Amino acid sequence: MTYSWNWGVLLQEPYLQWLGWGLALTLAISLSALVIALSVGTAVGVLRSSDHAVLRAVTGAYISVFRNIPLLLQMFLWFFVVPELLPAGAGHWLKRDLPYPEIVTAIVALGLFTSSRIAVQVSAGIDAVPRGQRMAAKAAGLSQLQAYRLVLLPQALRIIIPPLTSEILTIFKNSSVALTIGVYELTTQTQQIQSITYQGFEAFTAATILYVAIAMTVTVIMRAIERRVALPGTTSGGLHVRF
Amino acid sequence: MSASDLAPITNSLPFLLQGLGLSVLLTAIAMVGGIVLGLVIALVRLTRVPVLAPFAALYVNGFRAVPLILVIFWFYFLVPLLLGRSVGALYSVLIAFVMFEGAYYSEIMRAGLQSVRVGQWQAAKALGLGYLQTVRLIALPQALRNMAPLMVTQGVILFQDTALVYVVSLHDFMTSVSIVANNTSSPVEMYVFAALVYLAICQVGNALAGRLKRASRTA
Repeated sequence: MTYSWNWGVLLQEPYLQWLGWGLALTLAISLSALVIALSVGTAVGVLRSSDHAVLRAVTGAYISVFRNIPLLLQMFLWFFVVPELLPAGAGHWLKRDLPYPEIVTAIVALGLFTSSRIAVQVSAGIDAVPRGQRMAAKAAGLSQLQAYRLVLLPQALRIIIPPLTSEILTIFKNSSVALTIGVYELTTQTQQIQSITYQGFEAFTAATILYVAIAMTVTVIMRAIERRVALPGTTSGGLHVRF
Repeated sequence: MSASDLAPITNSLPFLLQGLGLSVLLTAIAMVGGIVLGLVIALVRLTRVPVLAPFAALYVNGFRAVPLILVIFWFYFLVPLLLGRSVGALYSVLIAFVMFEGAYYSEIMRAGLQSVRVGQWQAAKALGLGYLQTVRLIALPQALRNMAPLMVTQGVILFQDTALVYVVSLHDFMTSVSIVANNTSSPVEMYVFAALVYLAICQVGNALAGRLKRASRTA
């Protein structure tokens, strides 16, 4: 293997700046998409847990569509197809006047893609709350909305913190798919540095370290939240038999 | 939709089918390779093999922390460098997918093996079975039943992820669709068609996972 190392390339301008901008864009896209994913996902998840047949069917269809089409293709659909299908004026506005169309598209596509996965978790979380809680809320005279807001959701959201953590980790990783519609996020920038300087090792190592740092930060924050909101007597332990 | 809207699809059907074939092949190899690698990693971690176990944990956590696109770029860059000659995108992508999926499948395997009740392990030990015998004869058959739905679900995710080979211009289904969309200036028809194909295939996978889940519950 012949390779000439040059770690200094990462500290040279403009490459250091490229990495900085890439990281900033990765964080901005992921966090904005997370806001969409959590709000839409919770709403769809709640509707999915209702007894109403039509609501269940509609939310079920929403979840299948957004879960079963690759994220890359969903980005292409929002970017290339949706503007063509809208009325001429709106399509024109999307293509011509919307600022940073590729970034906005990436946020919307990533947010809605992830919302379907969060919706599944939320509705499973609500199902995991013992049935008596729902009945007791009704017996206590709470309205449907109050029952969800005060009784069911607070417990359901606690239950789903572990799978939700892995979904949040995934959203940061999935933001790299924005590369395919021309967003200069972290992975794109390192790929650019690689193709210009041929220092692929250094560039990809920098990206790897930054992604690992993001993952560790998210994990630490979510663990802290989980501990902070934990209800007494709900932690579990494992058991191993040694051979 | 009129017949002329479908022309880009029908005219390039053999090309698109070839792309779909590559997507399916990638999925199959990554799934089988990932399951085998995942089982080895899971056993190394569960038995706490000295020296190897921390490396296995590092491997799994490392691969799970970075985006698949970055992994594809890493191997696309590394494999020719390590081999000293270019081998084409397909081989580096195959290696990247197997190693990446190995990390994910190892977590499914680990949870599956841990889900086998403690009494089963103790009973096997009391009967005089060794560790590997217990894994092979007692734990795996039970764990596989629990894991099967998750393994299929992971396969559905993997099938969608194969679309990412677009970044190294390997002609899978997604890339073939985008080539036809560009050549015939028909993004709407082509991408909607591709969405329907992915949706249909993934739904079949999900239905299979649901069936396995019901079967494992009644067993």
